[in-house]
Amino acid sequence: MSHHVVPVKTYLAVFACLMVFTVITVAVAFVDLGPLNNIVMLGIAITKAILVVLFFMHVKYSTRMIPLVAASGFFFLLILFGLTMQDYLTRGWLGAGSPWGH
Amino acid sequence: MSTAHSTSLAHQFDSLEQQKESANLGMWLFLAQEILFFGGLFAAYMLYRWREPEAFAAGSHELDITLGLINTVILIASSLTMALGVHAAQTNKTRALVRWMVATGGLGLAFLVIKYFEYSAKFEHHLVPGPSFFFEPPIGGRAEMFFSLYFAMTGMHALHMIVGIGVLAWLLPRAARGMYNAEYHNPIECFGLYWHFVDIVWIFLFPMLYLIGRHYHAVGG
Repeated sequence: MSHHVVPVKTYLAVFACLMVFTVITVAVAFVDLGPLNNIVMLGIAITKAILVVLFFMHVKYSTRMIPLVAASGFFFLLILFGLTMQDYLTRGWLGAGSPWGH
Repeated sequence: MSTAHSTSLAHQFDSLEQQKESANLGMWLFLAQEILFFGGLFAAYMLYRWREPEAFAAGSHELDITLGLINTVILIASSLTMALGVHAAQTNKTRALVRWMVATGGLGLAFLVIKYFEYSAKFEHHLVPGPSFFFEPPIGGRAEMFFSLYFAMTGMHALHMIVGIGVLAWLLPRAARGMYNAEYHNPIECFGLYWHFVDIVWIFLFPMLYLIGRHYHAVGG
């Protein structure tokens, strides 16, 4: 297999999905779902990103090395978020005062 | 090894397949680094939004949701035209490749023009962080961090778009000369990966900046 040519129909279907998700995410933003708003918004954004990565960026059709490198980027992103927040969210726990200096 | 004598094959590779795989891998390593580059801004956003949720919601209300939505549609459409451009290259359709590349660049420019008008409005409304920043009480200056992050994140995103359009302008005459075909189209494919990555960044920026706390509107900010 020299390279997989993704059919145009697949690209159009992915584009249609991305448009539908965009409309849903705007509509949901105007409905009060409490903390669920953020979860739905983030869930839709992640779903859209996965669609782009798998189909537009051909990761679904690539060799295993590519998904590994792509996933490693997101893995280190989670370490960045996780370690940053575990610091700031827990600074007040031992009575060390506010992390913001006031 | 039927392809060993192809002019598209650089001498350090055994086959076109290996050459293509290396180019893709290199591009993905660059993009993994880009994920972390934007990740710093996203981490700052997360932290300050956790600190000031009301100020972020109030700041978000000042952004033009219609222009943001139009730009989202434009950018996703440009990803589609880019994907169709790669498809055209893979199927030896030089003229279609050029057409889709022009469409991609055109949509990218349209995005930047809309962004320019959005930025201008923020300057007029004193929403640019600095000495002239003004935000209605009771939120007041607490909204400044939202706008700092808004300009840093969308500005860095726009810079990536400008670089992308520059690279596209460099690729375009080469594509028109028929340099890219089913056998060799690594530059088009790698550029496509970059363009789609920039699209993904916007897919996250749009809800995070334009859509937070929209349902609070009834109670006011």
